[in-house]
Amino acid sequence: MNKVTCDACGHINPEGTVLCASCGKPIDKNQHIDGNENSNLLNMRYDGTARRSQTYNKTIVDKVWNFFSSVKVGVTLIVITLVASAVGTILPQEMYIPPNVQPSVHYKDQYGLIGQIYYQLGFHNLYSSWWYMTLLALIGISIVIASIDRVVPLYRALKNQRARRHESFLQRQRYFSKTEVVTEEDKAKVLASLKKLRYNITEENGHLMAEKGRFSRWGPYVNHVGLIIFLIGALLRFLPFMYIDDFVWVREGETKAIPQTNGEYFIENKDFILETYGDSEEDQRFAEALERQGPVAKNFQTDAIIYKNDGAEVVGSEPDLKVLKEGSIQVNHPIKFDGFALYQSSYQLNEFESMSFKIHEVNDEEELALASFTVDLTNPAYEYELDNGFRVKIDQYFPDYYLDDGEPRSETKYPRNPAFVFFVYPPNQEEPEVSFAGIGRNIDASGQNQYKIGLQGFDVRDVTGLSVRRDYTLPILGLGGIIFMIGVVQGMYWYHRRVWIHPKENGWWIAAHTNKNWFGLKKDIEKAIQNTNITMVKDQQDNNEK
Amino acid sequence: MEDLISLSSNFLYLAFIMYLLATFFFAATIRDKRGDKKSKTLNVISISITIIGFLAQTGYFITRWIASGHAPVSNLFEFTTFFGMMLVFAFIIIYFIYRLNILGLFTLPVALLIIAYGSMFPREISPLVPSLKSHWLYIHVTTVSLGEAILAVSFAAGLIYLIKEIDQTKSSKRTTWLEVIIYTIFSTVGFVIVVSVYNAMDYSATFEFTFNNEVTTVDYHLPPIAGPNDGTLLTEDRMDEIFQAPAWMQGVNAARKFNTLIWSLLAGLVIYVLARMILRKRIAAAIQPLLDRTNSDLIDEISYRAVTIGFPVFTLGGLIFAMIWAQQAWDRFWGWDPKEVWALITWFFYAAFLHLRLSRGWHGEKSAWLAVIGFVIIMFNLIAVNLIIAGLHSYA
Ligand code: HEM
Repeated sequence: MNKVTCDACGHINPEGTVLCASCGKPIDKNQHIDGNENSNLLNMRYDGTARRSQTYNKTIVDKVWNFFSSVKVGVTLIVITLVASAVGTILPQEMYIPPNVQPSVHYKDQYGLIGQIYYQLGFHNLYSSWWYMTLLALIGISIVIASIDRVVPLYRALKNQRARRHESFLQRQRYFSKTEVVTEEDKAKVLASLKKLRYNITEENGHLMAEKGRFSRWGPYVNHVGLIIFLIGALLRFLPFMYIDDFVWVREGETKAIPQTNGEYFIENKDFILETYGDSEEDQRFAEALERQGPVAKNFQTDAIIYKNDGAEVVGSEPDLKVLKEGSIQVNHPIKFDGFALYQSSYQLNEFESMSFKIHEVNDEEELALASFTVDLTNPAYEYELDNGFRVKIDQYFPDYYLDDGEPRSETKYPRNPAFVFFVYPPNQEEPEVSFAGIGRNIDASGQNQYKIGLQGFDVRDVTGLSVRRDYTLPILGLGGIIFMIGVVQGMYWYHRRVWIHPKENGWWIAAHTNKNWFGLKKDIEKAIQNTNITMVKDQQDNNEK
Repeated sequence: MEDLISLSSNFLYLAFIMYLLATFFFAATIRDKRGDKKSKTLNVISISITIIGFLAQTGYFITRWIASGHAPVSNLFEFTTFFGMMLVFAFIIIYFIYRLNILGLFTLPVALLIIAYGSMFPREISPLVPSLKSHWLYIHVTTVSLGEAILAVSFAAGLIYLIKEIDQTKSSKRTTWLEVIIYTIFSTVGFVIVVSVYNAMDYSATFEFTFNNEVTTVDYHLPPIAGPNDGTLLTEDRMDEIFQAPAWMQGVNAARKFNTLIWSLLAGLVIYVLARMILRKRIAAAIQPLLDRTNSDLIDEISYRAVTIGFPVFTLGGLIFAMIWAQQAWDRFWGWDPKEVWALITWFFYAAFLHLRLSRGWHGEKSAWLAVIGFVIIMFNLIAVNLIIAGLHSYA
């Protein structure tokens, strides 16, 4: 590397340095890097340190590095992501369209040509598309490279800086003033005030530097570290071990193995509760709103017991359940155990538990039962031997019956609207009669049946839908968030302010710089020189631009 | 209970009147050319009235909280008025840093307009659905609105900068865009006026139409310029629609909202044209002389400072607290629903703003335009996403 030795103070700076890290004197041959040659003021952005990206541009590595370290590129990536994200909200994403429709048809039907184009370009699944992920990854890379490119040199410059600064450095600061004569008394006053304003003062042969808030300079780097940790956390969610996402339906009274726990945990649904507003005295205050909006749900709750299966290690053994936790699961109040959490996320009221049927003669007005049987809908038996020599076979079972173009089908596998095709074998007969029976339906397909199947009664119960989560990435994401917040607050609520005082014959030159909030710096200097004869600094940017 | 609710709304009226009064006082400080004691008194009076208004609105907030049993930030009316209150709060903070009266003259009307806008929505106390029953709801909503309100101060400052700095001697793209911003503000005024007038007249017209293969009805509270697609008017003695909303407008209320939008834009146009006829120049050109004594650099810095104060608050409330709440309520901290996405867009936008300013030196006018665009994004998320793109968060 070709080091540059400062011709004023002898400090050895890395190649590409714009302002000597020690005394600040502009290094003549490098002024083009920060565009200083056309300006009265010095560009102080990174204190004129050498940055890799501004120094080397030969190999492919240099080129890639320079590309990603450019803020212009970073901002462009952010803006592209922003616009893409906005496009994704024009029409609903695939996950928000009704579950039982074909996306290819739905978008076209509902939104016409626009919908079709939207679907074909993949905008219906934008946020998990490869190119959206790529954009986020590029932003991540850009953050890392841009930060490294600047933070190390900046750190060195701020560590090496000396109180004594070169005159050309001082004169080309934005805030600058010359005072011909300064009394000792005034000098003492200024220093005392600066200390009171909590500036750190360093001295070197009568040259002074008052500095405060240097740590705020690290804010952006801290916040970028937080962002990277967050992105890594989000990436880890793709590992199955880190992130489990499942769902379970549990009926009232039922005990069920919790999915994804290898039979280690079980849940019992003791009771599912749904409350709506309007029942209690308290809810009277909402009367007007309820009248306008109709019923509003107040609470979804599952009273549950979580069991741990002590026999889980032995394959094939009977579960040996011990109560681990008992409590209620509500929206906003998941139940948590051993890293898992169960969330109240869905429900089904009055699902059929069992149905009982009777057999009677078709022309019997009284519908006198010749035989009867009960079907357990969670686990239906397929053959029933009945009184009086009757036999019934279930030919087809539709737990959630609907007619699809004249064809009977089941919408879900849950017994929400059960219907059956029964084979009824009358006593001593080999040929069955075919009967279709369901809620409010009873159809004799052949029209020749002698016997009819009628619904006698049924039992219902509620079902709760719980999502099962285990997410080991949450602490990582949380850490990323906290670090990000620390970084932004550090960088935005504190400012790095420096005031240089340069003794000159009988007087003082004063120059000052801050990375942001110039108004605050001006106030500080005003306070520091209050009741003295020192000249207030002038904002040299004003003359510069106008 | 009834008493408490009416006390609460009286507090809100009081706050509204105070903000209005404070606006006039701030206007007087601008016209005031003497830098003497009298004008100092005027400053004190202006900010004091603002603070009284803010306290009154705090009174509204607390009494309504007691009456409803939950923090009043749960429907569009409550949320929007709270945003107005936070805007005043953010202004008071920034006022005490910079003591700039002109900022009051621009921020308070924005706050007034936002509160008036929110008051056009149903105001009754509404129950909370289970997913909203969480302390994180209050924490999230209050910090987001505070963050967005501080960012909105940056818009007010940006607008001052643009009105002052843009050359009004000739017409240009910039003068046009500035007029567009002003016209948008006028349209909001138009919305408030039109809705209030027809509300006072108790206007209602019911349409019947088919939606998702079901016959549905919709009540119009403004005369139907645009009626529902293939709808029939049921109410007698009411004018029929002038034209029908296009078929691709989805949702039961889409046509009604579209109709409201047309009314607002038309009313805004009437106000704008009247104002231009009276002033005989561009609105911005008419305001410009008032800003003669304003220091542009200081305004530019305030606009930026508001972003640096508001951005962390917004990140905390709009992203971090939002994620904590979403994780509890919906078992996932992020779900890509439109409201969330627009919060992310807002965040990306201000991140871009900060980078452009810090590393690419976008000061002055460029920065002011960005502050305006940022506010447009915030308002879009606050209002349009609720009204147009229905998602999980949709309050109204
Ligand atoms: C969404 C992503 C990002 C966020 C939220 C973010 C946030 C921030 C914030 C808040 C600051 C401090 C600004 C200020 O104090 O005014 C900052 C500074 C900075 N960011 Fe980012 N950033 C992001 C992405 C990037 C990317 C992609 C790059 C790469 C080019 C980058 C490079 C920088 C640089 C160079 C600084 C200035 C540091 C300094 O001057 O000391 N950032 N960023």
